[in-house]
Amino acid sequence: MDILVFLSSGLFLGWSLGANDAANVFGTAVGSRMVKFRTAAFLCSFFIVLGATISGSGAAHTLGQLGAVNALAGAFTVALAAALATFWMTRLKLPVSTSQAVVGAIIGWNLYASALTDTGSLTRIVLTWIACPLLSAFNAVILMLLLRWAIRRAKPHLLELDALTRYGLLIVGAFGSYSLGANNIANVMGIFLPENPFHDVHFWGLTFNATQQLFLLGSLAIGVGVVTYSQRVMRTVGGGLVRMSPVAALVVVLAHSITLFLFASARLEHWLASHGLPTFPLVPVSSSQAVIGAIIGIGLLRGGRGIRYNILGSISLGWLATPLVAGVMSFLLLFFVENVFDQEVYRTIRFRIDRQVVEEVERLHLPSEGLAALAGRDMSNPVRFRRRLSSATGLPENQLDLITELARLASIRVDPGVLALAGGRDWLTPGQWQALETLDGNSYTRSWAFHRDLGEASPEWRPLPDSKVNRYWNQDLRRKLEYLDRIFQTQPEE
Amino acid sequence: MPLFKSSKVIESQIDDFLDQVAEGALVFKEGVRAYLAGEQQDFESRLKAIASHESQADKLSKEVEAHLYSHSLIPDHRGDVLGLLENTDNIIDMAKSSLHQFAVEIPDIPTELHEGYLRLAEASCLAGESAVMAARAFFRDVDAVKDHLFKVHHYEREADQLSDGLKRRIFRMDLELARKTQLRYFAHNVETVSDQAEAVADRLAIYVIKRNI
Repeated sequence: MDILVFLSSGLFLGWSLGANDAANVFGTAVGSRMVKFRTAAFLCSFFIVLGATISGSGAAHTLGQLGAVNALAGAFTVALAAALATFWMTRLKLPVSTSQAVVGAIIGWNLYASALTDTGSLTRIVLTWIACPLLSAFNAVILMLLLRWAIRRAKPHLLELDALTRYGLLIVGAFGSYSLGANNIANVMGIFLPENPFHDVHFWGLTFNATQQLFLLGSLAIGVGVVTYSQRVMRTVGGGLVRMSPVAALVVVLAHSITLFLFASARLEHWLASHGLPTFPLVPVSSSQAVIGAIIGIGLLRGGRGIRYNILGSISLGWLATPLVAGVMSFLLLFFVENVFDQEVYRTIRFRIDRQVVEEVERLHLPSEGLAALAGRDMSNPVRFRRRLSSATGLPENQLDLITELARLASIRVDPGVLALAGGRDWLTPGQWQALETLDGNSYTRSWAFHRDLGEASPEWRPLPDSKVNRYWNQDLRRKLEYLDRIFQTQPEE
Repeated sequence: MPLFKSSKVIESQIDDFLDQVAEGALVFKEGVRAYLAGEQQDFESRLKAIASHESQADKLSKEVEAHLYSHSLIPDHRGDVLGLLENTDNIIDMAKSSLHQFAVEIPDIPTELHEGYLRLAEASCLAGESAVMAARAFFRDVDAVKDHLFKVHHYEREADQLSDGLKRRIFRMDLELARKTQLRYFAHNVETVSDQAEAVADRLAIYVIKRNI
């Protein structure tokens, strides 16, 4: 299949994302009739495009969740399943989380490819349903009380308050749209980066790189989704659930942004911890869940009478259904794409216990007895490999995880030039870059060996002891390593 | 910031409008006083002044209405604000038409009733003024509206009682029935200004609850 055909599902996912998620940033503004839909749609699309092309194309952002799917046709199908699930929910006028649709579709792929599913992602989905709306509702209540108090004290004229609220809604909406573009474009277009059909364009001494062009295309798809189809969900968010006054509309978008910032920002946690301040617990949050939580908070503050519980019920069902539908659809579509169109939807990951693994296991002071029984044989089914490993060694879960990871075969060839071309050099510290250059040309069959060599070449490639202050560094390091693995990956020799 | 500019314009238009109504109420009281005192020239000039305030108020309320709609401002309170302006406008309309009736019918008011009419006009004027203050507070300080509403109700009740007392006195005097009826009609006319003020207060009481939700 042509790259353009593959791109189409990313564009469809972008369109669905625009149609559904624009309501999170502008739904209450439009619902309270403070901002016209046309104005909101234009502003939202404009800032999504800006966010996606300016901030989205940095190497730190381009991984995307779909990076886990290791074959292009598979990624196409997974994106298609997520887009269909989101589109369905949008037709039902329900605000749902697009990224949960993506995670659900990936779990479907994991099941199909019999890859190991990260159990954390399931917990995260459920936590997002519960913790995120609760926190956001709490924030909205506090913020509303504060704002009421401030209005009582400042006594602005009704019309002044109206103008202030309107500007507030526009500014917060514009920021929200910018980060919507920056944070989500990788999910829409990230997987197509390795097959990017665009080339760098230079004009007036400026470079418009291929990634930016690809992301521009994706963000335009999101923008088209906003303009053509987001009004339905906006109506649900903006007035379907609770009737919204303009000030309440502003409180909702502010509370949602604050929730995302306080409880999801590893950078903030790092900053607070490094200044000896108490930190907020990091919980998985989602824009859609945060907005609905904030609206419920406002409704409860008014005594809970104005909440339309039937709509709340449908929204909650929509949340349950989104990852589930995406997962099932992904599984079925993968079967279809693989068997009818004869496409490779997953690249087999192989596992092998050999001398390198045994040595590493011994170096880590893990019990290596029983490993010999599995030596020398390649296994392509991670679930079965893990089961065999378990029966041969009888090790506890966490050690099994570790050895499975050690046994995973990879095919990596270090080429810093490729990284520089992809625009990833700026992401690394000078020390990290130098260390990488010393490994130029090396090949690895295991990614941990590559990571170990990097760590030996520079302390800047080593994880720090686990603590709140260090968590941000370690997370960043993990993402960099994953990025390098992906970018240096070559076709394995059979 | 075009939004702030247009809201400033409307703010000052609303303020002007309320000024016109408040001044109209004062002119009304002075007009009644001039009529009773037989100061024909002064009465005529008050009559002209109240007509000018009334037409000015009309013009301003129409401009505010057009502005609010064309800029789609205060979507949640637009209807309330327009209703409030319309009702407040009725105060000055009523005051003007009441004063105008004096000029048309030239009622012959017995001297012993002058004091009663004067006090009635004063109570009506105070009710109107308090309603204007309440309306002003609605835009800036919702919590203060209640205090003004209390005053409106107080003066309206007073006007009610004064008018009732006046009418009783009229019908117990030795006058022709036709004259009695005319005098009662004028007492009623002067009192209606305070009734309009109360209508404004009743609406405001609801709007305040709506704003606090």
